[in-house]
Amino acid sequence: MKIRQLSLFLENRPGQLRVPCKVLGDAGIDILTMSLADTQQFGILRLIVKDWQRAKQVLEAAGQVVNVTDLLALDVPDHAGGLASVLEVFERTGLGVEYMYAFGLRQRGKSATLLFRLEDPEGAQVKLASAGVALVSAEELFRRAAA
Amino acid sequence: MTHGWNDATSAFHPASAPDYLPRPQLEALQLGRLQAVVRRAYERVPLFRERMERLDLGPEAVRALPDLGQLPFTVKADLRDTYPFGLFASPMEEVVRLHASSGTTGKPIVVAYTAADLQVWTGVMVRSFAACGLHQGDVVQNAYGYGLFTGGLGAHYGAEALGATVIPISGGNTERQLMVLADFGVTAIACTPSYMVHLIERAKEAGVGFGKLKVGIFGAEPWSEEMRQHIQAEAGIRAHDIYGLSEIIGPGVGIECVHRDGLHLFEDHFYPEIIDPASGAVLPDGSEGELVLTTLSKQAMPMIRYRTRDITALHPEPCSCGRTIRRIRRIGRRSDDMFIIRGVNVFPSQVETALLKVEGTLPHYQIVLTRQKGLDEMEVQVEVTAEFFSDRIRGLEALQAELADAIEHTIGLRVKVHLVQPKTIARSEGKAKRVLDQRKI
Repeated sequence: MKIRQLSLFLENRPGQLRVPCKVLGDAGIDILTMSLADTQQFGILRLIVKDWQRAKQVLEAAGQVVNVTDLLALDVPDHAGGLASVLEVFERTGLGVEYMYAFGLRQRGKSATLLFRLEDPEGAQVKLASAGVALVSAEELFRRAAA
Repeated sequence: MTHGWNDATSAFHPASAPDYLPRPQLEALQLGRLQAVVRRAYERVPLFRERMERLDLGPEAVRALPDLGQLPFTVKADLRDTYPFGLFASPMEEVVRLHASSGTTGKPIVVAYTAADLQVWTGVMVRSFAACGLHQGDVVQNAYGYGLFTGGLGAHYGAEALGATVIPISGGNTERQLMVLADFGVTAIACTPSYMVHLIERAKEAGVGFGKLKVGIFGAEPWSEEMRQHIQAEAGIRAHDIYGLSEIIGPGVGIECVHRDGLHLFEDHFYPEIIDPASGAVLPDGSEGELVLTTLSKQAMPMIRYRTRDITALHPEPCSCGRTIRRIRRIGRRSDDMFIIRGVNVFPSQVETALLKVEGTLPHYQIVLTRQKGLDEMEVQVEVTAEFFSDRIRGLEALQAELADAIEHTIGLRVKVHLVQPKTIARSEGKAKRVLDQRKI
């Protein structure tokens, strides 16, 4: 149920973000969603793409440092308080969130898909399943993205 | 192969005989040569004569080896001031070769060799390779730059005279270096240690190995013990440090034998002293100080008490290899690539040691010195590697802090550590540029 994320190290100076985007574009790889964390000196670009192995290969060939991390994807009710209710489950089951960001797709009125980097993705899967929180598989995500 | 005096079955190379001379015999040889070279310098080079006369000294002042300590020093600036040929002791028709330093600041320095000087040079290079365990049948890839730099031709003629097969590939063109290394059955490589680290990195990327390579002869820049361990482990070879400088002869002034515990100096041609760099006083064996060398047999350009700026110590204890010529501790630093920041003396090798402690292998790094509003700042730029890259900001910040802590622990100063993308620090095909001093003083 885990989603593979690619993280890239970027120096915080103009033009640095364009390079990996151009490399992926030239390889015909579509970025499904992304998040950029930044500090004064450097940034970390986090990407979700369908073919992560090939993306990693072309990025590394272009001289980028790439790291692969497992995320969990959750459908969160698309109404006020929806995310709070999910986070309540996290709190209750003792799950720590490292960071999170939204998937660009949204089933309007029904749910929004969020990606979570959790301290212990393996344990989190079990805890969330027993708490009745549904995880979204990679296949399902890519199916929605293609639709 | 028939049994010979210079193949894998022979224990000693005949050219190495002077390495094993009994001390009294060696010292008698040194004294005879020293007296002759001081006389030659006095009679033929105005600078040496004037300086000795000012001290009321003549060549006859050297009656025993310690008398050398009374003679004036020669420094690199003397070679620049007398550019190009002012220190030659032979007429140009006897000079058969010129070399010159790269001359990054102003005029280069020029050095000269007579035919006999070249024989001496080749001789000490043969002894250097022999001390590394090389012999006829070895294939030497000579990746030192050919040209005005002494490294290329010095290693070339030495390896040829040893009877090895020489591949004069010169520096640069890393892909070709790796291809030749694998395809030509290369058993030994000669290059700068930083270029070897570069070759290892590129070989890893290309997924190629080092074939039959067993020995590396690395010199022309200071390197650390940690760097040796890295090279030996990654390339599966024995890494030897070779020492030399153009002003004295080029490579081949000293070499590590197979025990790699200090560099044997070819004392029958280059007489060593260790001095206090501040006072100029000669220090006893074992003390750390600046290495001063006197050429005992050079004709075209004798050097009397040349200050090398290299910091080391002389070890008189016999080496387990049996050589009687003394060893110097490997040179980790030069007194001139030392820089002073906020009153603290820093050597790049100290920063290197700190980085290695944190990451385990040597990352590419550069030290950048700047002056902002009158205050000196030191920044260490370190390339991020896949092993040390975290997808979490705090992971990277922790790495930064850990590197800064390790550096502070070694040099006693808090410096800025700047993580940069791979391949953004210029790679050296020759000497690594470790310090970028942008201070306007």
